[in-house]
Parts: sequence; structure tokens; C-alpha cells
Amino acid sequence: MRRVVVTGLGLVTPLGGDVETSWANLIASKSGAGQITKFDTSDHKCTIACEVKPKDHEFGFDPDKRVDHKVQRQVDPFIVFGIDAAGQALEDAGLDQMDDDLKLRAGCSIGSGIGGLPGIESESIVLKERGPSRVSPHFVHGRLINLISGQVSIKYGLMGPNHAVVTACSTGAHSIGDAARMIKDGDADVMLAGGAESTVNPLGVAGFAQARALNMSMNDRPTEASRPYDKGRDGFVMGEGAGVVVLEEYEHAKARGAKIYAEVVGYGLSGDAYHVTAPHPEGKGAELAMNMALRKAGMTSGDIDYVNAHGTSTMADTIELAAVKRVLGDDLGGASMSSTKSAIGHLLGGAGAVEAIFCILAMRDQIVPPTLNLDDPDEGTEGVDLVPHKAKKREVKAVLNNSFGFGGTNASLVLKKVD
Amino acid sequence: MSDTADRVSKIVVEHLGVEADKVTQEASFIDDLGADSLDIVELVMAFEEEFGVEIPDDAAEKITTVGDATKYIEEHKG
Repeated sequence: MRRVVVTGLGLVTPLGGDVETSWANLIASKSGAGQITKFDTSDHKCTIACEVKPKDHEFGFDPDKRVDHKVQRQVDPFIVFGIDAAGQALEDAGLDQMDDDLKLRAGCSIGSGIGGLPGIESESIVLKERGPSRVSPHFVHGRLINLISGQVSIKYGLMGPNHAVVTACSTGAHSIGDAARMIKDGDADVMLAGGAESTVNPLGVAGFAQARALNMSMNDRPTEASRPYDKGRDGFVMGEGAGVVVLEEYEHAKARGAKIYAEVVGYGLSGDAYHVTAPHPEGKGAELAMNMALRKAGMTSGDIDYVNAHGTSTMADTIELAAVKRVLGDDLGGASMSSTKSAIGHLLGGAGAVEAIFCILAMRDQIVPPTLNLDDPDEGTEGVDLVPHKAKKREVKAVLNNSFGFGGTNASLVLKKVD
Repeated sequence: MSDTADRVSKIVVEHLGVEADKVTQEASFIDDLGADSLDIVELVMAFEEEFGVEIPDDAAEKITTVGDATKYIEEHKG
């Protein structure tokens, strides 16, 4: 059987424009939250988000490093984040200059939950105020979700499978899982896989606020607003950015002496079949996805050392925790579980991939990232190590990463260290 | 360089992300400056905005160099 390993990582997050900066800030319990700077929020119910910082910020993102000026002008920010994260991952894997044969066996599976909402919003205004002949000729292909995969394939000449998942907040995890299957099935030897999002724009913020999904009670305390598993939690904080990994067939990676971060051993998918925004109250879908991923991995409770929770800082956290307990046991089989959304907010379609990378770095450095703001843990959290406030050194050999999305779509990944 | 040529060059540099010294009047948008057909549509829109001229599609199709654009604008601007 063909095995799939991770050989490259790329991140653009509210805590950094690259992997090591983002990770160092996460482990140092820093928060990426603040007042929204991208637009005037004075008439909005929510005024805070975890934005990717400009390049002059101490942990800002410089789009000029890997994305052509012309492309930056034509596409929405989620595509810029995705192209850069993919470039980082390829460079990290030593695959940014592939030979022509490998290019035929290398593909992309980089998705997004919502796609180019800021551009849809702004061009709608152009259409209304100035007419159809002023709409940008780059409008459509600068907003489409599959255009990260498209742009990256063009930039690096990748002619393998070109795919883009759209499953709301499960996108990043599904992207990695689907791409791993493409490698297992022999469709490719190398896949760039991940997700990106950037919808901190008036329409995006207003839409999530009207859906009562966002924290709107802590606009004056942005770094405290994302507080998964805390009694005072009151909705999620929007984040933006991208996470992309290089997945590679194990023998291929070994033969070229690649640095191997982890193996993708389990992938589970399910649907809640319940409600468009609310998770099933008994968490049945989440449980199905986790059990499927563990079964594929040939693992049971006790094998998992760290769970990166979906943990959005909403009422759904309770449902997820109950489901994880049913799968792993009341003490999670000794695993630690944290929600890194407490630090970077909810990256929606990027979340699953960014969090999978955090899981991989937890295994690399044998340290689990914290759940910030967990001052007053909710009922049901007793006996569970939710890693409050501070990162924790511990053995991490295998991890479970959960992602759940609107529409009732669930994905779980199990990754493990390769000896 | 005329004022029109100067402003045309600036728009081309900004939209195509090319070095200013490559944007000569003789430079072809596609062959020399890496533009594609959609980039030219966008450039024409930008010229229309900047100079308050209307460049119909049949005229736009004949604009292949920076100099073509400058000439058309100088002949048609108000």
C-alpha cells in the first residue's frame, strides 16, 4: 500500500507570515486578535477579527515575496495567501524546482470555504454605481475558489490532479484527506494540499454577525474574545490566512532524502444530516468522522496524544468535547486537547490545514499549543487537559485534528510521527 | 515624453507590474510586457478612466503597443 507523508509546510496566519513565526507566537501564547483595520466598522455589531498583519508589523506578511505584483492586483487576498503558503511548502520540501517528469505527477488540492467575497462585494458596487462596462475583466477568475490551485499549478508547472474542496470550515482538512487519497490511489506522487480564507470584509463580517455566529460582546477586549471551552464564550472571532502542506508518497520522499514531518494515517468524513449551521446536538456526525479516521489509522484511544479541536468558542464546543470523550474516553485516553482558534481566530476554509500544521509542529517539537482565555472551564471539561493559557511540553507521537463546517460537514485527520 | 505618454506609462507599470524602463512607446503589451488579452481589456478601462475617453472594442483591438495607446488617447481626448 502506498503511504503518504508530509514533507513541506507553509503558513500565513494572524500570528505570522511564515511557519516558524506563527508557531513561535502560538507557543508563546500570543493572540492575533485586534480591531478590524480593513474597513470602517463603526456601524457593525462586530468590530474585531484576527487579521493577517501588514509587512511592516513585527509578525506581518509580505505578499511581494512569492506573488507577482500583477497577480496581487487581480485576485482576492485568499488567493494571495494560498499562493504564498504553497510556495513556502514547496521550498520547505525542496520541491520548488521539480523536474519535468515529477511535474506530471504533482498536483494541487487547495480550497477555500467562501472564496473571493471581498472582490464580489466591491465589484457589485462597481456594477451598481458605474455599470457593467466597468467590471474588471479579472473579476471571475480572481474570486473563484479553485484559483489557488490554478495559480499555483501555473506558477510551478504542476500538471497532476488539480482540485479544490469547498466544505466551509472543514475545507482544509478535507483538502488534505482527499489529496492523500489521490497519492494512495496512484494519481500523483506529490500533492500541495490545504486551504485559505480572507473574508474580513463588510459583507463577510455582517453575514456571520447576522447569523449570530460571532463574538459581539467583547469588541473592547479583542484578545479575550476567542475563548473555547470557557463559560464566558460567546461566538467565534474571524481569522484569515492559509495553510498548505506538501504531501508525498513515502518511498518517493525517502528516495530523495526528504525531511519527513509526519504520516497521514487516518481520514474520516461524515455529514450531520441535521441543520445548516448548528451541529447535531449529540455530535453523532463528529463521532462518525473521528471513529472513521481512527479505524483507518488502526489506532484506538490511548494512541492519540494531542487533539486539535475544532473548538470555535461557540456553544458547539460542548458538543464536540462530548463526542471526543465518547471516542477517546472521559480522560481522552491521556491526550491533551486544545483549540488554537483561541489565538488565531477561525480561519474557516483555512482552519483545518493551518491546524493540521500546528499538530505536525506539536509532534516535531514535542509541545502542545495552548487554549487561550480558558479562565473558567465549562461543565463537562473536568478531567480533560485543555492546555489552558500556556503551551505544554509532552510526548506527542500521534494527533487527531477535527474540523466541522456549516451544512453539517465533518472531517477528522489522524497524523503520526514517522520513526 | 508628452504628458499623455507619461501617464500611459505609469498606468502600464502599475497594472502589469513591469519595470518602468521597459515601458517604451514601441513596447508591445503582449510580446514585450507579458500582458494577456484580459490585461489589455483592463488597461483600456484604466486609460478610459484616466483620460475620460471612450475606447470602443474595435479601436481597442488595434492597440497593441504603448505608443498605439498614447496616440489614440491624444487624438480622442477632449
